[in-house]
Amino acid sequence: MDLQPIWNWFRTLHDTTGINLTIFYDSFDRARFFNGFLTSVRLMAVCIICSVIIGVIGAWIQGSRLRMLRLTTQGYIQFFRNTPPLVQLYFFYFAVGAYLRVSAGNGLSTPLVSNFTWAAICLSFWAGAFNVEIFRSGIEAVPRETLEAAESLGYSRLKAYVYVILPLAFRISLPALNNNLVNLIKTTTIAYAIAVPEMLYIANQIWSDELNVPEMMNVLLLIYVGLVGVLVLIMTRLERALRVPGYMP
Amino acid sequence: MATWTPDQPLVEMRDVHKAFGALEVLKGISLNVMKREVICIIGPSGSGKSTLLRCVNALVPIDSGSILVEGQEVNDPRLDKLALRRKVGMVFQQYNLFPHRTALDNIMMAPIHVLKRDKAEVEEQARALIRKVRLEGKEQSYPGELSGGQQQRIAIARSLAMNPDIMLFDEVTAALDPETVKDVLLTIRQLTEEGMTCVIVTHEMGFAREVADRVYFTDRGILVEHGPPKEFFANPRDPRTRQFLDQIL
Amino acid sequence: MTTAKSTDLPVLLAVRKPEPSSSGGFRLSLWHGFVLAAALLLSVAAADAAAGPAVASIPATIWKWTPLIAQGFALNIAISFLAMAIGTVAGVPLGLAQISLLPPIRTSSWFVTQFFRNSPWLVLLFYCMLLLPFQIQIGGTTIPLPGWFKSTIGLSLPVMANVSELVRGAVLSIPYGQWEAAESLAYTRRQTLWHIILPQCVKRITPPWMNLYAILTTSTPLCAVVGVNEAMTLTGNILNAEGRTDLLIPMYLYLLTWFFLYCYPIARATLALETRFQVR
Repeated sequence: MDLQPIWNWFRTLHDTTGINLTIFYDSFDRARFFNGFLTSVRLMAVCIICSVIIGVIGAWIQGSRLRMLRLTTQGYIQFFRNTPPLVQLYFFYFAVGAYLRVSAGNGLSTPLVSNFTWAAICLSFWAGAFNVEIFRSGIEAVPRETLEAAESLGYSRLKAYVYVILPLAFRISLPALNNNLVNLIKTTTIAYAIAVPEMLYIANQIWSDELNVPEMMNVLLLIYVGLVGVLVLIMTRLERALRVPGYMP
Repeated sequence: MATWTPDQPLVEMRDVHKAFGALEVLKGISLNVMKREVICIIGPSGSGKSTLLRCVNALVPIDSGSILVEGQEVNDPRLDKLALRRKVGMVFQQYNLFPHRTALDNIMMAPIHVLKRDKAEVEEQARALIRKVRLEGKEQSYPGELSGGQQQRIAIARSLAMNPDIMLFDEVTAALDPETVKDVLLTIRQLTEEGMTCVIVTHEMGFAREVADRVYFTDRGILVEHGPPKEFFANPRDPRTRQFLDQIL
Repeated sequence: MTTAKSTDLPVLLAVRKPEPSSSGGFRLSLWHGFVLAAALLLSVAAADAAAGPAVASIPATIWKWTPLIAQGFALNIAISFLAMAIGTVAGVPLGLAQISLLPPIRTSSWFVTQFFRNSPWLVLLFYCMLLLPFQIQIGGTTIPLPGWFKSTIGLSLPVMANVSELVRGAVLSIPYGQWEAAESLAYTRRQTLWHIILPQCVKRITPPWMNLYAILTTSTPLCAVVGVNEAMTLTGNILNAEGRTDLLIPMYLYLLTWFFLYCYPIARATLALETRFQVR
């Protein structure tokens, strides 16, 4: 499929109106912006998956009997929730990262963990901290009587959770989870600060070269709003598919 | 606008139809209420009783037919809703008191804000109304501090403060427990004895038998039968009426 | 149109928000402060022990730079106040416009709200920093727009959108019976909103609004990325000036402590208000 006519249209757009969208008609800019887009999407996907897993594990631990375990998890949650994510990122990348260097054999040391990985780790734990609370509240919102009913029918505690409580808790958590994942997507832009080559960073390079700041900013805004829209669409479909008829608002 | 005289019906409903989407709730209701008359409407749930009341004071617009209140057509788009609602008072099943104001304020608010009456005069009337519903001492209480029956009596007082010509009661005792039901019914009976025109939707058959001048039975949007309470309850003519009365009495 | 009866049977309870605030509010408590302080002291002691005697001690260095950090932090707070004020003043009418009876107003305000809610804060900051002029002409006077002011505008945009959603949610959460009762007492729509609906909304909005302020405050370091000289930038500059790797962890922990000390009383106050304003 030859897309050259489309790119040419953008070149004519520039010639006639002055709107300079090199990311379309210039193959070099097009390639690097597309890579930036892919990096962003990759970062978002990794963070979404990891943060949900962290949330589930954390919520499970919160129900544990071991007080020390509960307190440590609480400590993790409160640290990541009450401090600015950007400062957390700097803390991990610059401060902790300074100590995690290995010598590369040529006398210089290179960081053990790449900046993309630090961004993924930091953002996953940040969003995961909120998810733990969300899932825990979801579990708590299921009335105790439901668990009692399940147990009186002969379900073991574990089976009752798996077959009765967790399906309900998950449905209850969906709206708040949706909200949190949207925030996560928006916050991935802070990876810019540690030079992860995601969309904002690449866009910055492009507008420094091509001097087309307004066009790039508008494109960025539209793409991000679009990505959030896609996520919200998926989550809404999920909510609707899992809906309990006659009860859930 | 025809001039209305007290020998004509206060409320005249002719062939009123109302549908919510595909569901037809009122299928041609015709009914007259004379001044000083007390009408009780009974019937199974979903028969359109509440909708009927809400059409009279224009909370719900009708699809076809006509409703005349004191000679004025309610369905008229040029209707002065303010004037209509001054004449028609309504008390709801869920009381709907304004929780952020005291009982006295609840009664005083509308006459001051809507009728622009003098504050001192309104306060005097409000206190008299509180005495009338036997709730002296509760003027400064908030609705949240009052029992259901007390709240309902304040709601009645609130509607009375507007000096209406007719009072509509929408299953006002349905949400109360049996002990407090009597208090509220006593208040309503007092009103009827003072000559207030009332349309009462209720499940309390004993009460209907005592205060009503006429009892109407609705079923699935149609007025099936009506008559003075003695005849109505002793010899219901229509088999649907008989079936309904057998179920409740 | 019948009203639904509430039941006290233990059926699935209504979807409760995760915590009594709409964005999954946090619970700062004193022991977090202790943990943070402990971490700080530990790192300082460790770094100090590792450092040689010829180098200045870490606590002394941190103390030396504290006035500068305080200055930077004051800018963070100023930005957060201003952005919150502007965002709230713009957001309340926007939220009310979302429940307007006129479809064009409703749709356009919904659109504006969703657009700014779904945009990353950093991108909005860039947008405002780069595309707002550096000075504007009003009448005959030229008013310069400094960088920190432009980034304040940038931060006030998502605040406006969030406040708009808060207001809309609060108004919609008032039971329909209140509207019915007001209507049957011949209140006009404007009167109903002003006397009955909005007063009841104030209590509902206050805790999530304060929560939003706390989130905003922890987002002010984003301004560092666009070049504003606030606490985070200054911390970076200090670390560059000192050039000591052993200062990195204590310095960043110190910065985190500043934010904690500011956000903790707000979190406590929010919690107190939530319990006091519990909606019955």
